[in-house]
Amino acid sequence: MSNTYIESYVEDQIGVIQLNRPDVLNALNRQMIGEIVEKLEKYDEDDNVRVIIMKGNARAFAAGADIEEMIDETPLTMELQDPFAVWDRITLINKPIIAAVNGVALGGGFELALHCDLIVSGESAKFGFPEVKLGVMPGAGGTQLLTKAIGKRKALEWIWLGEQMSAQEAMNLGAINRVVADELVVEETFRLANQLKNQAPISLRLIKEAVKVADETPLMDGMKLERKNFYLTFASDDQKEGMKAFTEKRSPSFKGV
Amino acid sequence: MGTSFQTIIYEEAKGVATIKLNRPSAYNAFTEGMNYEVTRALKQANKDPNVRCIVFTGEGKAFCSGQDLQGVDESTNHATFLRNRYHPMLKAIKETPKPVVAAVNGTAAGAGMSLALACDFRLVHSNVKFVSAFMSIGLIPDSGFIYNLPRLVGYAKAMEIAVLGKPITGKEAFELGLATEVVDFEEWNEKVDAFTSQLANMPTKAIALVKRYMMDSMHSPYEDMLDKEAQAQRIAGLSNDHQEGMQAFKEKRQPNFQGK
Repeated sequence: MSNTYIESYVEDQIGVIQLNRPDVLNALNRQMIGEIVEKLEKYDEDDNVRVIIMKGNARAFAAGADIEEMIDETPLTMELQDPFAVWDRITLINKPIIAAVNGVALGGGFELALHCDLIVSGESAKFGFPEVKLGVMPGAGGTQLLTKAIGKRKALEWIWLGEQMSAQEAMNLGAINRVVADELVVEETFRLANQLKNQAPISLRLIKEAVKVADETPLMDGMKLERKNFYLTFASDDQKEGMKAFTEKRSPSFKGV
Repeated sequence: MGTSFQTIIYEEAKGVATIKLNRPSAYNAFTEGMNYEVTRALKQANKDPNVRCIVFTGEGKAFCSGQDLQGVDESTNHATFLRNRYHPMLKAIKETPKPVVAAVNGTAAGAGMSLALACDFRLVHSNVKFVSAFMSIGLIPDSGFIYNLPRLVGYAKAMEIAVLGKPITGKEAFELGLATEVVDFEEWNEKVDAFTSQLANMPTKAIALVKRYMMDSMHSPYEDMLDKEAQAQRIAGLSNDHQEGMQAFKEKRQPNFQGK
């Protein structure tokens, strides 16, 4: 299928999704989200892809949802079409997803970044949920994902006020991972992706699964899942290679099997 | 540009944008209009790709006598006042990647002193006075004063200046490290032009990167700053001016930096 609102390419085992509606600061419409989700699923199945990067352009990661598209909606048209449900498929992606944020990540754009596992941001990037100012609220995971990231009080303050938060503030609160020079967001994101790419893919996958259940399950269930995943790594060639390389004092070369 | 200002004069020549405070009859005191016009002028200079240095100066005898007290009475909410009028201006000075010079041509008092302190460089002559006038009317030095001053002269001197408020002459300002140069009054215009055009002909991107991280370094861990330094050098290393500088060095000539 050809994409209208995103571009994508694989570069040295890193699958890139470039949001591409620059004339509207990458405002997310339904087709665009559909394209993103499908591409993520393709990359998740693609043996040539180990890490996924999602990026916007210099002015915007994504400025939010396409307001034009939803201005005439009714509760029932939305209930029947359930346009945000497709976002849940992002939570099923097993490979690491890194968001590279320049400019603004607002509303749906911030939600998209929060759906990624790691967020690298430019120093002057701004994050926020302006929905409250339009008489609505976040609808694609904002209240849940930001709260899990920074806690209830801070999440309420940000989502209630609808103000923009600086990259440094977002970093201090634990909402994002790294703040780098605006000019180097893509380069630094690739540097991080390359580091991850060289780790054992099965370890990354099982770690992601275990970390994600940590705040959703009782401790003992999480501990059990972790243990099972630990045991499961011993089914991989990469575990043998990793431990062998360790005893031989050399760098391992992981194959993802 | 076709933008007209009432309380300031904005000029751009040879890469230097001059913002001249122009209320000489009130010693260039700030009014609401002047705050907004200065902010607008800073944004204009910031956007203009020809501008590679920004300079503040005052028309007439004074640099700037601070807030015009005509506009302050018992109904004034000082916090709102600062947030709405002064903060956008003060943020714009820090946010522009271009070097900002205060050519302090006469007395800089109150918020006028704060304005000079917020700039990246200060030029003075021997008749200049810096006066933190705030304490004498029962207020604290504002407009970034208590952030910027200790970073320029250290805590002890900053406390003295802020609390005791003894006027600082141009020569003392130089000795404190507040001013880059004490210029002969007779040569004021030429020396200011020489200094600002020197800045306007330097590798503007590299200056911007130094400005961006120098302040950060005052409140960031060493390791963080080393990484920021590496990133900044990567950016500078990709600039045309770096190539030009290397080439000029090899060819034993003066570099011709374009600010790109």
